[in-house]
Amino acid sequence: MARAVTTQRKAINTALAWAIGLLIFFPILWTILTSFKTEATAIADPPVFFFFDWTLENYGVVMERSNYGKFLWNSIAIAGGSTLLGVIIAVPAAWSMAFVPGRRTKDILLWMLSTKMLPAVGVLYPIYLLFIKLGILDSKIGLIIVLMLINLPIIVWMLYTYFREIPGEILEAARMDGAGLKEEIIHVLTPMALPGIASTVLLNLILAWNEAFWTLNLTAAEAAPLTAFIASYSSPEGLFFAKLSAASTMAIAPILILGWFSQKQLVRGLTFGAVK
Amino acid sequence: MYLKNALRAATALTLVTTAVHAETLTIATVNNGDMIRMQGLTDDFTEKTGHDVEWVTLEENVLRQRVTTDITTKGGAFDVMTIGMYETPIWGANGWLVPLDDLSEEYDVDDILPAMAGGLSHDGTLYAAPFYGESSMIMYRTDLMEEAGLEMPEGSPTWSFIREAAAAMTDRDADINGICLRGKAGWGEGGALITAMSNSFGARWFDENWQPQFDTDAWNETLTFFTEMMNESGPAGYATNGFNENLSLFQQGKCGMWIDATVAASFVTNPDDSTVADSVGFALAPHKEGIDKNGNWLWAWALGIPAGTQKEEAAKAFVEWATSKDYIELVAENEGWANVPPGARTSLYENENYKDVPFAQMTLDSILSADPNNPTVDPVPYVGVQFAAIPEFAGIATDVSQEFSAVYAGQQSVEEALEKAQALTTDAMEAAGY
Amino acid sequence: MATQHSRSAARLMMAPAVVLLLGWMLVPLTMTLYFSFKKYLPLRGGDLGWVGFENYVRFVTSSAFWPSIQTTLVLVGGVLIITTVLGILLALLLDQPMWGQGPVRILVIAPFFVMPTVSALVWKNFFMDANYGLFSYLWEFFGAEPIQWLSQASMPSLVLIVSWQWLPFATLILLTAIQSLDSEQLEAAEMDGAPALKRFWFIILPHLSRAISVVILIQTIFLLGIFAEIFVTTGGAFGTKTLTYLIYQRVLESQNIGLGSAGGVYAIILANIVAIFLMRIVGKNLDN
Repeated sequence: MARAVTTQRKAINTALAWAIGLLIFFPILWTILTSFKTEATAIADPPVFFFFDWTLENYGVVMERSNYGKFLWNSIAIAGGSTLLGVIIAVPAAWSMAFVPGRRTKDILLWMLSTKMLPAVGVLYPIYLLFIKLGILDSKIGLIIVLMLINLPIIVWMLYTYFREIPGEILEAARMDGAGLKEEIIHVLTPMALPGIASTVLLNLILAWNEAFWTLNLTAAEAAPLTAFIASYSSPEGLFFAKLSAASTMAIAPILILGWFSQKQLVRGLTFGAVK
Repeated sequence: MYLKNALRAATALTLVTTAVHAETLTIATVNNGDMIRMQGLTDDFTEKTGHDVEWVTLEENVLRQRVTTDITTKGGAFDVMTIGMYETPIWGANGWLVPLDDLSEEYDVDDILPAMAGGLSHDGTLYAAPFYGESSMIMYRTDLMEEAGLEMPEGSPTWSFIREAAAAMTDRDADINGICLRGKAGWGEGGALITAMSNSFGARWFDENWQPQFDTDAWNETLTFFTEMMNESGPAGYATNGFNENLSLFQQGKCGMWIDATVAASFVTNPDDSTVADSVGFALAPHKEGIDKNGNWLWAWALGIPAGTQKEEAAKAFVEWATSKDYIELVAENEGWANVPPGARTSLYENENYKDVPFAQMTLDSILSADPNNPTVDPVPYVGVQFAAIPEFAGIATDVSQEFSAVYAGQQSVEEALEKAQALTTDAMEAAGY
Repeated sequence: MATQHSRSAARLMMAPAVVLLLGWMLVPLTMTLYFSFKKYLPLRGGDLGWVGFENYVRFVTSSAFWPSIQTTLVLVGGVLIITTVLGILLALLLDQPMWGQGPVRILVIAPFFVMPTVSALVWKNFFMDANYGLFSYLWEFFGAEPIQWLSQASMPSLVLIVSWQWLPFATLILLTAIQSLDSEQLEAAEMDGAPALKRFWFIILPHLSRAISVVILIQTIFLLGIFAEIFVTTGGAFGTKTLTYLIYQRVLESQNIGLGSAGGVYAIILANIVAIFLMRIVGKNLDN
């Protein structure tokens, strides 16, 4: 009889979970709803929820004012590029830490994480100067490198935890069959770790997409991603709630949709080695 | 030494990125209504000159931080920057801006209002051309004023009249606040209002030896008066209200009076956005009895060209286009005379078409009554009405205005705030070497 | 079984990541240290010479310093407590059988995808605004006096916003951990008649300790650097100035690179103190 779930209990769980879920989601829902209102409706007293004249006007205004396509492409290129580059550099490092651990492996991992603690605002000036010297100010490649470096510790750590769960016997078997290091990584390890790599990639896409300090301060017109796009819609003159909502929705929609489609992957894979 | 070597090595590695599109200008600007309108009209510029324009439109605080970083590091990310009356003389003095001393004949540089040209110059050389200029003035609801049985006096009213009128107009049940003023932290927000107001109470930021003056009675009186009046007749939560918040309050009919930027006049009288468009009156900013300074500021959003840009000619062409008489005509044609960028050119105020605009004369009078070179009752060593044009001011005034906002939110007393303001200003001035 | 050959191969494979991160640490760190001993005012001509420890003294004696440390700790601590506690409860709930588990999970993790600037703007304008915010309507609807969120309850507001953003992350990790729990053990305990609270305390919580450590560690790293949320909502007013924000003000608003760099060094020290503290408390759980 143990763990037999009554329908009643299941119904209570469902109701409670949905109520909390909707509560947590509400700010996003409200933003999306507001983006389809007129400015006057957006601040109506009392607030209106679904029964208003839906309009696409705000999206029209935003599209006319900003080159959304360019911002979107920059965001995709920067988030994607930095994640890809990060994974390429992190896979070998995580492999060696997982399968040839030394006395200092743990220390190195923690040290890597600690590099994330340097406050970005404090080093903006030196980094800006460096970027000028290197000629990569306002370039996608510059941001790809910076965001890769920022997220590299997280990528290494996540991959390390996945690799560590792969039993060593399988690798030995592969080695017996005469597989070299390269083959071992590509044909044996990577397929096994693919779910882990996938959730690593996902998490880092999210982090890179949402990074708002460097992406705003190291770009102008050429490489500016959606974080800069949103900075032109916060508090202009006059009523702006509806337009801000439309711009916000456009800024978060791509990553939100990606996240939704891959939530299973995230739920399964996001362990950071927390599960033995 | 390590650093220098690293930098040198880095430089050697640099691929010299040659200017690919020599005539694509990158322009940093603020997301105010007039600038957004300008973006919509860019095609006219491209048509006339063949240059393309890429816009970087940012919210005011982000813009400041972005362009300041770029100019101090000579980053060259922008060809034209939208800057204010505060930055221009400081940057000009450092040689970071291209002097605008060879503008074309038809541009008619002498047509720029002297107050604006003065504030955007250093040592008599113009470093940025005003896109629009503003002062501050009283905007009030004529219907509510009448209901209260009061009449706005000619010329500048006294602060005690304003306080009395505000109390009379306040109707909490109808959600009408007698007066809306900026309380939001930030030197360009609440900081600008309280500083301009303090001038009309006989206060000043620094004495002639750069000693901070927050320990004076005049400051105490200013802050006490402001806080008491706002608590009596101001909107709830005014400690976080800036220009934009007050604008929407006024447009929604929730303010009896609003003392703020003259450019707001076109927004509050525009029937598309404002529910009170047909009952707005204008008056000069107030003063305290016996003080001959009014509490109005002077500001301009202007276009400057960073020295060292590869595209100086094209950038100049753009600055000339955007601040020209033709541009004003262009906006008038497309959007009507009430929406042209105000406060920059004398000729605008001589234009017959513009004289019909209800706020035109009051805007001009307000601008003319502000004197950045002589802003206070007692002499001061700085230039600027609602700011002091020294590099340290922005940082100090932001801190100070945060202390003031904490008073507005009821978190500390006027005395505590002034004491802290005095201490932190003294400290910062010391750090800067005064 | 690791041979000498595989050891050197391993080192080689680790090299790119280690070298890059070493560079990413050393270059800014060196430059920060360098500037911190200089009087460096870009708006006054840049480098004005060496000043020894003056910047360090000035930064630490400024009236804003200790409050900023306190604010930082309150923010980090508050968010950690809220996200961990609510995260555990939420993870327990989501692990229960229910209809529409997938969609509910999507709703719960959605805030994690929202960029900090956007979430701050949304909360500030649509919820906490004194005049048009939904909270005002809600309070008025129940006949209460609306709260001036961002001025009178600034820290709770900030903690609320940041917690909303990080709750999904905590929930996800804790949920994965709960799902890996051996259900037989739980069933046995249930058969033995152990009440739910006891089962939670003696079986579930110990099992989660590792996941909780991870949540605390990762979140602390990100929370120490919180910036956009403060910049957008209060701009550092009303006691919301964290150490990171104070450094921002010194570097970008006051344009005092030397003073800001000294602040940066303090921030690194604070981060390391917190890190050591964390290692002591949660680090044990991370070891195998």
